[in-house]
Amino acid sequence: MANRIDSLFVRLREAERKALVTYIVAGDRSLEATVPAMHQLVQSGADIIELGVPFSDPSAEGPVIQRGHERALANGASLRKILGMVAEFRRDDSETPVVLMGYVNPIERMGYEAFADAAREAGVDGMLTVDLPAEESASFARQLSEREMRNIFLLTPTTDDARARSIVDAASGFVYYVSLKGVTGAGHLDLESVSTNLNRFREMTELPICVGFGIKDGASARAVSEGGDGAVVGSLLVDAMGAAETDQAALEKIGALVAEIRQALDG
Amino acid sequence: MSASKTPFDFSSMPDARGHFGPYGGRFVSETLIHALDELDAMYQRLKDDPEFRAEFDRDLAYYVGRPSPLYHAERLSRENGGAQIWLKREDLNHTGAHKVNNTVGQALLAKHSGKTRVIAETGAGQHGVATATVAARLGLECAVFMGAEDVKRQSPNVYRMKLLGAEVIAVESGSKTLKDAMNEAMRDWVTNVDNTFYIIGTVAGPHPYPMLVRDFNSVIGREARKQSLEQFGQLPDALVACVGGGSNAIGLFHEFLGDEQVQIFGVEAGGDGVQTGRHAAPLSAGVPGVLHGNRTYLMEDEDGQIIETHSVSAGLDYPGVGPEHAWLKDIGRANYVAINDDEALAAFRKLTRTEGILPALESSHAVAYALKLAAEMTPEQNIVVNLSGRGDKDIFTIAAIDGIEV
Repeated sequence: MANRIDSLFVRLREAERKALVTYIVAGDRSLEATVPAMHQLVQSGADIIELGVPFSDPSAEGPVIQRGHERALANGASLRKILGMVAEFRRDDSETPVVLMGYVNPIERMGYEAFADAAREAGVDGMLTVDLPAEESASFARQLSEREMRNIFLLTPTTDDARARSIVDAASGFVYYVSLKGVTGAGHLDLESVSTNLNRFREMTELPICVGFGIKDGASARAVSEGGDGAVVGSLLVDAMGAAETDQAALEKIGALVAEIRQALDG
Repeated sequence: MSASKTPFDFSSMPDARGHFGPYGGRFVSETLIHALDELDAMYQRLKDDPEFRAEFDRDLAYYVGRPSPLYHAERLSRENGGAQIWLKREDLNHTGAHKVNNTVGQALLAKHSGKTRVIAETGAGQHGVATATVAARLGLECAVFMGAEDVKRQSPNVYRMKLLGAEVIAVESGSKTLKDAMNEAMRDWVTNVDNTFYIIGTVAGPHPYPMLVRDFNSVIGREARKQSLEQFGQLPDALVACVGGGSNAIGLFHEFLGDEQVQIFGVEAGGDGVQTGRHAAPLSAGVPGVLHGNRTYLMEDEDGQIIETHSVSAGLDYPGVGPEHAWLKDIGRANYVAINDDEALAAFRKLTRTEGILPALESSHAVAYALKLAAEMTPEQNIVVNLSGRGDKDIFTIAAIDGIEV
């Protein structure tokens, strides 16, 4: 079976549509809330589900996603339980790509090979391991590629050309352009720099480029994804998950946010 | 240097990407890579530059007050029996600990980088004070991240930092201790990298930090080696230093790594006892993993989440350890042992009463192990203990244990 991420981008390119990548932290609110939230994201127009794997020391995250990690860990979330959530999601959705985004230590603890087997079995399509840069990732990358899972890397405004080339060489599925300096959820967008950098990376790779960090609504999603292949929305959804009074209200809120962004991207 | 050296050149470590065998490296988000590359390039350019070296040496001599003495603790040695105990008096440095060796060095790098703001993480507050000190001297803006729990436990150091003009930011995330302060400092750095230099306080973190913090602290071992030859005519039989992140220990050990006959002991915080699980001894009871940008031994649960540590000494209360120590453990060049809270407290009292020296609780762990070790050796043998800091900051902790209000 072809990888779901690859198939998705083929379909989107044919339809000339942008990908909407949505991030939530697995186990946020409760262990049971995650799978319904994943389905809600898809129903509201998400193309890819990025599931944050909580870590005790999420040093690349801003306060919003940090708190999401803390809530999920307090609920007892773990890498193994999250693979169970993906498997449960797959019973009703065999098409939407699922990417796990997290830190390397929980994966190392499980063992690269054991993890890759279990992730493949559960229906994971790609990994974005925040603190495993390309030059440290060779052995993990081999385990993923042997199982047709994609290895997604970040590019940043400060990634120089030589380094960007080595990253896109190691990457598969898509690459994720971080449109801001700093941690997740920070600051303001500089659209001109986004466009300049996207053009720079475009010349290096055929891989789809999704843009994230700093997306607050439909308009900013549309603006940043202008020269790219999609938008990644994270802190906005995690904030909504954390703030809602009830699980039902959380589902409605993330559904509404995603629907608005979907409309802006397609409009 | 004299005396025999093993064929392995320990100064060749780490490799160009910061690896000490399987440990170290650079496990960070792409957002930090550029800043680390810049720092590495600048350090490579400056580290052998005669002018930079001279500037560093001048600061160590006239600002820090180096060389620190190697003191023969005669009465302590006599009462304890066995080997002679020599104390490397890092407690006599300006600001009261070895930490300033590194902050003076990194402040020079900050100055050369042209950045106007420095940040640091701190546990007990010693590194925060040492950073605030050099920032005041160079007129740099300074922010120190400190776990909210540690802010409560270490109020005298918090006030010292404020007097020095630093902003102290209480970190409320995670376990609200040193590891969380380090996460927060990394977040600040990646956000403000254009004007900010991150002064890491220990030999952990992503490459090049474990290397450059080691290099700046290696003055301890260079002096100790020379002083040993001058004062007792030979190399020490054993070195003992406490290990939290491990900067004072690597600072003492590094110069001696090639001297096979010198036994090396790193002393971790055993807390309530390693067997209780309530400790801060990753080399004694942890597993290899990845935290704060490097691969090393860690204290974690079966899901790979970092767990809380326990020690009477805030400076040793860290779930990881410098990657060079991890490697020295695996290759067998250094031995890592644990000393429990009660043993460290007993050593604190013993040294205070026999020599009139109040050791930091961190350093008391090293003293405690040295006393055990010395008892199994002969009076002709010599142990050099790194007295990494003074205990003035700890009198409130000791008083609380004694049930006394100060």
